Amino acid sequence: MRSDQPAPLSIKILAGAGLLFLHLPILLIFVYAFTTEDKTYQWPPPGYTLKWLEVTWNRPDVWEALTLSVKVASISTLIAMLLGTLCAAAVSRTRFFGREVVSLLVILPIALPGIITGISLRSAFNIADIPFSFWTIVLGHATFCVVVVYNNAVARFRRLSGSLIEASMDLGANSFQTFRHVILPNISTALLAGGMLAFALSFDEVIVTTFTAGQQATLPIWMLEELVRPRQRPVTNVVAMVVVIVTFVPILLAYYLTRDGDQVAGHSK
Amino acid sequence: MAIAKPTEATRVAKTGWLGRLSDQLWRSPRLLLVLLLLPPIAWLGIVYLGSLFALLIQSFFSIDEFSGLINYKFTLKTYGELFIPANFDIIVRTASMAAIVTLAAIAIAFPIAFFAARYAKGRWKAIFYLGVMLPLWSSYLVKVYAWKLILAKEGILNWGLETLHLSWLLDAWLSLSVIGGNSLSVSYTGTFLVFLYVWLPFMILPIQAALERVPGNYLEASSDLGARPMQTLRTIILPLALPGIIAGSIFTFSLTLGDYIIPQIIGSSRLFIGQAVYAHQGTAGNIPLAAAFSVVPVIIMGFYLWGAKRQGAFDAL
Repeated sequence: MRSDQPAPLSIKILAGAGLLFLHLPILLIFVYAFTTEDKTYQWPPPGYTLKWLEVTWNRPDVWEALTLSVKVASISTLIAMLLGTLCAAAVSRTRFFGREVVSLLVILPIALPGIITGISLRSAFNIADIPFSFWTIVLGHATFCVVVVYNNAVARFRRLSGSLIEASMDLGANSFQTFRHVILPNISTALLAGGMLAFALSFDEVIVTTFTAGQQATLPIWMLEELVRPRQRPVTNVVAMVVVIVTFVPILLAYYLTRDGDQVAGHSK
Repeated sequence: MAIAKPTEATRVAKTGWLGRLSDQLWRSPRLLLVLLLLPPIAWLGIVYLGSLFALLIQSFFSIDEFSGLINYKFTLKTYGELFIPANFDIIVRTASMAAIVTLAAIAIAFPIAFFAARYAKGRWKAIFYLGVMLPLWSSYLVKVYAWKLILAKEGILNWGLETLHLSWLLDAWLSLSVIGGNSLSVSYTGTFLVFLYVWLPFMILPIQAALERVPGNYLEASSDLGARPMQTLRTIILPLALPGIIAGSIFTFSLTLGDYIIPQIIGSSRLFIGQAVYAHQGTAGNIPLAAAFSVVPVIIMGFYLWGAKRQGAFDAL
């Protein structure tokens, strides 16, 4: 429904105000990271300093949380990429009984509120006597990350013409060679985009994690504790800023990887 | 379409066990399908459905009031407890909040989606797309934290109102009975603002997708036939955008129902469903009641989806 006429002023104002509403709070985080005030959330900041960057850099607890988050996100992303690609290949290549059920099953962990996924996993771990560890966090994260990889891969598989695969087989390649030389290069950018979104999703997840983590604190858990009981406001400000920057990078990359093709990498969150 | 069979001359013999396996897979797609589906289905089936099932089972147990231990016998008593006033209030409160947040999100999201779908071109298109995408994907906790900064007594909102000499407006608002409170960060108004902010992108994207699909000549026909812009909006655009609006509302509604962090950080001390679940499974140790509580959003969403389907919202998607 594209129009060649310029937009009416009222719509311009409403849309612009809406976008500002979405972005101003995030920009505010960047200002607060440099404030000299360390006891309250005073606005406007009484002065600006780079001191808190250094203080945060030297905090072992922040580094531990960050390392744990990166490890969890990396492993969950790898598992999700494997499972999501397999599922997408099956669903997009063939029509079979129960196909809709499979799609639903993949989407369910993210469609149901996170607290349900979290408490379900927790009660299952309790029943099965599995102690909370690094791996219980990964188990939860991988489960809800499958869907983003799956959505990206399905969209790309649909565009991948079946005759390419037939041509490869006709020319004597076996299924594995065809996968390696024909299918993989065609889906790789979609997989990469899906993987980055999965990483961002896992890196940021807090609701399921509070239920599946034992004593470990991922970066979101660390932040949540600071939110509930603020103890070191300046450090929290800096961590918040870093988290914003770190999550923007994969989103922008995923956007540029998929923008010419099958629309919207992140639509599936 | 007929596929040319490889002739003897062009066929290359596939040797080795890998080649034989490959031939086998090509000949029986069903086997390939099973091999492809087995790992993801096994993972999701065991880890996820198994856990959901474990939760559902627990909601049919009850807790012994005297010993505080779980009584592993089938009963509906725990579900009955949901209807005592204190618990039922929690459900009503959460559902009302979800409904109000959804309505407000529609109102703010529509102009953005409309502009992006109808007027944004080239660079502006990309700016609008990323402008929605970045807030959508940026950290949930950071967004909540930003609002804690905004709503704080010494924060930017109060400062702005003071500078404009409008503090009396805020005071008047806060003195209202239900939505007010001591300050914005401990009132329902604060909770509402944060929910609205955090879920808004989830409303914009589906509405925009629905609007992109509205054929432009419908609008031209409408104005040729003498409809004023508002009439076109009401009778042509809104009905065609409805599937997108409903899709977005499913997100905002479901996410608000299940959230327990936002009302804990910004809001009054009265509980939402998510907080009740968290409290009962944690310190109180009443897993059956926590399980029963967490079934509530699932049931509400079930009805919601059923209603949306009856409205024909999915046919157009």
